[in-house]
Amino acid sequence: MAKKSGGDSHDYSYEPEVGAAVVPSDQASNPGLPPERPRITDMDEKFEKQAERRIALFFGLSIVGSIIAAVSYNAFPITPGDVLSTRLNNLFTGLGITIGLLGIGFGAVHWAKSLMHGHELVEERHPVRGTDETREVAAGMFTQANKESGFTRRSLVRNTMIGALLATPIPAVALFRDLAPKENPNDVLKHTMWEAGTRLTRDPSGVPIKASEVTIGSAFHVIPEGLAEMHEHKLEEKAKAAVLLMRLPVEDLNEVEERKSWSYEGIVAYSKICTHVGCPVALYEQHTHHLLCPCHQSEFDVSNHCEVIFGPAARPLPQLPITIDAEGYLVAQSDFTEPVGPSFWEREL
Amino acid sequence: MSTVTAKTETPVGPGMRFTGAAASYIDERTSISTAVKTLGRKIFPDHWSFMLGEVALYSFVVILLSGTFLTFFFDPSMTEVEYEGSYLPLKGIEMSVAYHTALDLSFDIRGGLLMRQVHHWAALMFVASIGLHMLRVFFTGAFRKPRELNWVIGFALFVLAMAEGFTGYSLPDDLLSGNGLRIIDGMVKAFPVIGVWISYLLFGGEFPGTEVIPRLYVLHIMLLPAILIATLGIHMVLLVVNKHTQFAGPGRTNDNVVGSPVLPVFAAKAGGFFFIVFGVIMLIASLFTINPIWNYGPYDPSPVSAGTQPDWYIGFADGALRLVPPGWEFVLGGYTFAMNVLTPTIVLIVFIALVALYPFFEAWVTGDKREHHIAERPRNAPTRTAIGAAGVSFYAVLWAAASSDLIATHFRLSIEGVITSLQVLFFLAPVAAFMITKRTCLALQRKDREIALHGYESGRIVRLPGGEYIEVHEQLDDYERWRLLDFQEYKPVTVRPNKQGKITTGIRLRSAVSRWFFEDRVAPVDQRELESQKH
Repeated sequence: MAKKSGGDSHDYSYEPEVGAAVVPSDQASNPGLPPERPRITDMDEKFEKQAERRIALFFGLSIVGSIIAAVSYNAFPITPGDVLSTRLNNLFTGLGITIGLLGIGFGAVHWAKSLMHGHELVEERHPVRGTDETREVAAGMFTQANKESGFTRRSLVRNTMIGALLATPIPAVALFRDLAPKENPNDVLKHTMWEAGTRLTRDPSGVPIKASEVTIGSAFHVIPEGLAEMHEHKLEEKAKAAVLLMRLPVEDLNEVEERKSWSYEGIVAYSKICTHVGCPVALYEQHTHHLLCPCHQSEFDVSNHCEVIFGPAARPLPQLPITIDAEGYLVAQSDFTEPVGPSFWEREL
Repeated sequence: MSTVTAKTETPVGPGMRFTGAAASYIDERTSISTAVKTLGRKIFPDHWSFMLGEVALYSFVVILLSGTFLTFFFDPSMTEVEYEGSYLPLKGIEMSVAYHTALDLSFDIRGGLLMRQVHHWAALMFVASIGLHMLRVFFTGAFRKPRELNWVIGFALFVLAMAEGFTGYSLPDDLLSGNGLRIIDGMVKAFPVIGVWISYLLFGGEFPGTEVIPRLYVLHIMLLPAILIATLGIHMVLLVVNKHTQFAGPGRTNDNVVGSPVLPVFAAKAGGFFFIVFGVIMLIASLFTINPIWNYGPYDPSPVSAGTQPDWYIGFADGALRLVPPGWEFVLGGYTFAMNVLTPTIVLIVFIALVALYPFFEAWVTGDKREHHIAERPRNAPTRTAIGAAGVSFYAVLWAAASSDLIATHFRLSIEGVITSLQVLFFLAPVAAFMITKRTCLALQRKDREIALHGYESGRIVRLPGGEYIEVHEQLDDYERWRLLDFQEYKPVTVRPNKQGKITTGIRLRSAVSRWFFEDRVAPVDQRELESQKH
């Protein structure tokens, strides 16, 4: 068994090609398999019997476990409205099956380890590559097939066939167009439900909000009027139109000249959809006037038109221009003036 | 094939007569005796680390079994309905049929919650064990010839497992998984030219639409499993063809396999181990809640809970998104380049491509065309081990970043501080891990050499007649020593002209890389040294 070289020794004639990093070395010799050490079960019949009983016990336990599982399934019924009953059903059925499975597992492994013979057997390896004769026969088959079909000789036939095969997936690509509706998504993404006069309403009840209800420091989750009653495309519209409404002390708002009219007495409305990858920017820190996106921790500064002060977002949250109507309810002056949510290729077009 | 034959012939018992007749019946119709002859006594080597791949295989079987149960009750439709199941806090709330049936599975169907939890825990175990199995293969060099292709196939399995995980995670249509889809949508939209269209086709219109869950369902229960099973089949066939690697040890050579035969020992151990894996998953599922979708509520694009976390294996991708500094976006010719999303995507793709291609890189560096069947100890390939450690720490930084907010809240740190530290670590950790690991490996190799030649310190102090004190060294026995000796040595390749007498850039590059790889090395103790040591 002991060979001169224990390591890589398929062919002793192996000579590394010029420039290979292999070092031909005088490797130490392999001492060969150590003598097998008998187990206690091999030497003493008492322990052999003991192991046998233990294995049988495991298998017996497994049967008991499977029965426990079936019994628990019925003994712990689920009472509607009672979460505890669900938990008990889950727990005891699961534990029963666990015993059923582990019993078999432990029994079988224990059997293999303590009683079965033949742990250190040796099998020769052969190089993975086919023998030279096999390779020759295989190559011969290809050569013959090539001769019989003229695959390399008839290049016109071959090349047109390859062309035809390459063209077959074309209809498959076309077939998938109707996965989505006809409109150009780039247009759809640029509009939301908000238009001039749409009332700001509470999310999710749809109750309109009066400016007088928005006290300093408070924040409202807002949806456009009419969204709460929608049945079709409600979530799609909400995914674009969700807005956060906050009231800051007027002196804390640093508004640029052209947007001064977009707020109402310190009440500002900003898109809630993060400009990073679209999570709702739902966390408002009242003292610092910062908004935090819980998904990737982009921070926006409400005092400064929601510009990004930290995190991976690149653009400020779009502002919704608001005012009040005759009854004192907050309404939008128009739709957002830029697309909301994550960036996309034709966003600026 | 095997050199050991059965010790005694057991007499044919009465039960064997039926078995014999049945076997004969089947063989006459299937020629199955040929398969049994080839595989029945095939030898599998033994080592605890070889179990990791087995865990992956068996948890996949558990996934198939529990998943089949779930399909009988789950309906992936996104039609909005009012909840009228038995979980009171959600009574009367509008939700999709998918979420409703997922809740029914949890609260109204006996054993449903158990199967959901088995499925989810098994999925987590599946991806985790594939990851550990890959690390084992990497760090022992078991990807070397002839197993490079099987490494790539295994890598494909890892990607498929993650895809299965993500599609499955999205199916219940709860708030958490909906936000996961939202993030995917945002990432896809950032893609130049086709991003918006891909998102539109995937969601069947605008996000979230009413199509995506049924589509993901078909991917999750049909297309991906079919590809996964086929790929797994090839992986196993190649495993049989190449035969398993074994660790260096007395009697173990590159030309043999030492271990237990399929029948009966390996079959009993592996079969038993399947039940243990299944049992452990079942135990976890009966004791510990996973993904309590009823706490999250149905998907709604507006609310989100703080501290949202993806399943662990998607963490590294989510973390990569978080590490980008503000403002990485520019507009060129009217087109938007969302580099804040594209950069992490590119970094991740490059990272996993490097993982997939590593075997070919190392084969190129060493120029070694031999087959390798002895699994190396990580210390005996210091540079590879160091590269692996760098990769692991890179992954770890991204993974930690995915929990940046939780790290900040748990340890009362500022989120900005955590992110900035991780941004620094992103560059620093892999370099530090590389250097530390390489030095550690070389030191361990030197220690091995010392022990092989001079034995180990026995702790026995002896005073010599001259008054000198020495500590007696005990020699290892031949079997023990062999474990320390059996590894290959490589040296840097020198720049040499090729057959055309030219020195190409490729030759120079390879020489430089191989110097980086093998400059610092510790040679294995060879026969001459060993003999001169034995007095």
